[in-house]
Amino acid sequence: MAFDRTTFSQGFRASLPVLLGIVPFGVITGVAMVASGIAPLAAMAMSVFVFAGASMVATAQLLSQGTPAALIILATLFINMRFMMYSASLRLHFMHLPLRWRLAIAYLQADNVYGLTLARFSEHSGDPGKLEYFLGAGIPIWLAWQAAVLAGILIGAGVPASWRLEFAAPLAFIAMTVPLLRDRAMVAAALAAAVTVVATSGLPLRLNLIVAAGAGIAVGLLFERKAR
Amino acid sequence: MSIWLTLAGMAVVTYALRASFLVLPQSVGTPPLLRRALRYVPAAVLTAIWAPELLLQDQVLYLGLENEKLLAGSVAIAVAWRWRLTSATIAAGLAALHLFHWLI
Repeated sequence: MAFDRTTFSQGFRASLPVLLGIVPFGVITGVAMVASGIAPLAAMAMSVFVFAGASMVATAQLLSQGTPAALIILATLFINMRFMMYSASLRLHFMHLPLRWRLAIAYLQADNVYGLTLARFSEHSGDPGKLEYFLGAGIPIWLAWQAAVLAGILIGAGVPASWRLEFAAPLAFIAMTVPLLRDRAMVAAALAAAVTVVATSGLPLRLNLIVAAGAGIAVGLLFERKAR
Repeated sequence: MSIWLTLAGMAVVTYALRASFLVLPQSVGTPPLLRRALRYVPAAVLTAIWAPELLLQDQVLYLGLENEKLLAGSVAIAVAWRWRLTSATIAAGLAALHLFHWLI
C-alpha cells in the first residue's frame, strides 16, 4: 500500500488549530491529577495508556472523594462510551483495512481527531487517503496531548494547595457539558442527572453517580419521544 | 498499588470501547435504541460528576450565598454558555472561587 504523503500533511495542517485547545486541557488534566494526589509517574502512565482526558480528570476528582477502584472504572466506561459511537462511524470508512491498522486507529481515536476526520470524509467521501488523513491529524494531536499532560504534571507538583487548582476538574467538566446542551432533551438529561446525583448522595460507594447517569439517559430519551 | 489497578482497568475499558465497532464482524449493526441512548451519555455522566462538587458539602445539600463553589461554578456555567471556551471557563471559575472566598 503506497503511503499518500499529501493527504497526511493535509491532516497534519488541519490538526494545528485544534492543538490550541488540546494543550491547555492537557495541562489542566496533568495539574488536576497530581493536585488530587496521583503520583506523577502514575499520572503520566494513565495519559499514555488511557489517553482520554475527561475520564482522567474524573478519576482525579473521584479518587480525592475516596471512590473505590471498581466504581472509577465503571465511571470511565460511562464517560468514554462516546468512543463506541466514534468507532461505529469510523468503521464505515476503515473496515476494508487490515486489523492491525484498525487497532492503531482505535488507539488514536479522540474527540478532536474524530471531529476533524469526519468533517473531511463527509466532503471527500471517495477519498483513497483516509488512513493517511486520520494519521496526519491523529499523531500530532497525540504528541501535543502527551507533552501538555507532562507539563501539567510538572507544574502541578510545584503548585501550593492554597491555589485550589483541584477545582479545575469540575470546571473542566462544566466547560465540556454546557456546549452539549443544544436541545431540550439534552438539558433535561443533564438536569435529571444533577437532581438524581444529589438526591441519592447517601448511597454507598458513590453509586449515586451510576444511578444519576441512568436517570439522565432515561429522561433524555423520554423528552426526545415527547418532542416528536 | 490500587492506582495501578485502577489505571489498568481504565485502559482496558477505554481501549475496548474505542476498538469495539472497528473489530466487530461486518454483519453486526448498532441497535437504534443504543444509538439514541449513547447521545445522552456525555451530558448525563459529566453533570453527575460536577454537580455534587457544587451542590453538596459533606454529602448534604448546601445551597445559599455562603457556598463559594456554587457561586464560582455558576460563573463558570455562564462563561461556558457565552464563550464555549474551556480555558476561559476554568480561568473564570478559579478566579471567582478565590474572589468569593475572599468576600465571604
